[in-house]
Amino acid sequence: MQAKAQAHRSVGRSLWWFVVPAAIAYLYVVIVPSAQGVYLSFTNWSSSPKPRTFVGWDNYAALFGGDAGQAAWRTLWLAFVVVVIQNILGLGLALLLNEQIRGRNVLRTIIFAPLVVSSLVVGYLFKYLFGAPGIGGVNSMLNALGLKQVDFLGNPSTAMWIIVVAIVWQFTGSTMVIYLAGLQGVPDDLQEAAALDGATYWQRFWYVTRPLLAPAITVNLMLGLIGGLKIFDQIFAVTAGGPANLTHTISTLLYRYYSQFGQYGKAVALATVLALAVGILSFIQFTVLRRQERAL
Amino acid sequence: MKPSRAANIVMHTTAYGTTAIFLLPVYVLINLAIRPTGDLTPALIPSSRATLDNFINAWTQSSLPGAIVTSVIVTVLSLLTITALATMAAYPLARSTSQLSTLTFYGFLIGLLLPFQLALLPLFIQMRDLGLLGSIWSLIIVYAGAQLPFSIFLITSFLRSAVPHDFEEAARIDGCSNIEVFWHIVVPLLRPVLGTCLILNGVGIWNDFFTPLIYLAGGGQLTIPMALQQFVGRYASNWPLIFASLLISMIPILTLYLVFQRYVIRGFAGGLKG
Repeated sequence: MQAKAQAHRSVGRSLWWFVVPAAIAYLYVVIVPSAQGVYLSFTNWSSSPKPRTFVGWDNYAALFGGDAGQAAWRTLWLAFVVVVIQNILGLGLALLLNEQIRGRNVLRTIIFAPLVVSSLVVGYLFKYLFGAPGIGGVNSMLNALGLKQVDFLGNPSTAMWIIVVAIVWQFTGSTMVIYLAGLQGVPDDLQEAAALDGATYWQRFWYVTRPLLAPAITVNLMLGLIGGLKIFDQIFAVTAGGPANLTHTISTLLYRYYSQFGQYGKAVALATVLALAVGILSFIQFTVLRRQERAL
Repeated sequence: MKPSRAANIVMHTTAYGTTAIFLLPVYVLINLAIRPTGDLTPALIPSSRATLDNFINAWTQSSLPGAIVTSVIVTVLSLLTITALATMAAYPLARSTSQLSTLTFYGFLIGLLLPFQLALLPLFIQMRDLGLLGSIWSLIIVYAGAQLPFSIFLITSFLRSAVPHDFEEAARIDGCSNIEVFWHIVVPLLRPVLGTCLILNGVGIWNDFFTPLIYLAGGGQLTIPMALQQFVGRYASNWPLIFASLLISMIPILTLYLVFQRYVIRGFAGGLKG
């Protein structure tokens, strides 16, 4: 037994240097620049050739005294709303397309398809669909039906919902597919036994299916949260942060500080805030979900 | 369980109805792209004057033809590098039980949570100093590093859970060198997870907009999302022409998806279901 353990340890161990190229690439591209980013967020680093000086918390104070606080809340709101809607729709569709529906594979393929398209393309598509009166697709239909047209993107709060719709349209299919994979692990006889015992559809879902879906729920909530916090393309394409800079999230605001103002120090300060938010929220979510998985 | 006839009808209607709603934006996309510029027929109503002119104009007036080639090169080279680096690294990480190995593995996992926005700007200065800004090599270097944590995580988990040690031992006893064991025994067994890695990384890199927006700005080379952004900026409200360009940009990846849809969906779910 011991010889066996040593034998298989030896191949993996003697090839330890296989890790080196990946470790170098990872340190060079991710770890070192990330650490530099955190450090530079405490400097007045900018596109001007002036020498960099240490400014303490100034960047953070200026950002949160300005538009970053609102953008941070908006980012959280967006991630939360998207995760909730996407998971309700995705789970509903998965349960539906797990039943004996004719041509269900074709339907799955269609609903999953937007995932492979670029988010920028999806953004432009929805920018047209919900475009201004006289221009947008929905408005052209409202007009044809003799209804009042709506300036969806001219108002920051409706504009945020249009962004939610674009994201949900693109990613519900992927949420559904992960739930479908989870449903493969729910044995039919367990369902039938529960049905024979007189459980209704909802009781069977809650007491039989849901506990077995726990890992899929964890994965979907984690992916949705991390993806939602980083959203950039859709906002860039649909509203570009407007109107009146009231639809910026941390990522688009960061790009604005970088490209329009050349204030790199503030841009990396925003990135640091984003990294902290992703880290803390993922940790909380993961801990809570794992505890629930174990409790089941 | 056999659902009742009524339940069956409700289920089919809901399923097909929802799918139709999902298809509606795509229908509008196509319907608009094939109508002449300035045709103001409402979005859902097919135009009476269908034309392919927009596609010809979008193809000749945008930088899409070159951008498609650039995107193919960037995606292929990045995928080769990521897959090679991640497969090599995952093997000892999965097989060795030493503390250093566990620590290194967790070190890579940190990268799953670090938003790339943080490394982006300091790395931008690195690339500028190396003279790589505006060139696709900066993108390939960035992807090769940034996509590693996820790939290493997938391959290591797969090695630990689905690849038994026995084959490696047997090959070792038969006189294979360590590297031969890795190449002839381990790598072929990794095929399913490597497929998942290629699909997920490939879709991500092909569609990525943020990284090229920063690293290719001002250079002559463009990837597809960059070319689209330029084109949309130039023809701001000419939606039929813009939609033709969007459709052209979607053709390569949608074709691949439809041909390999079974593997794509299975690979996606298999890699992520947890």
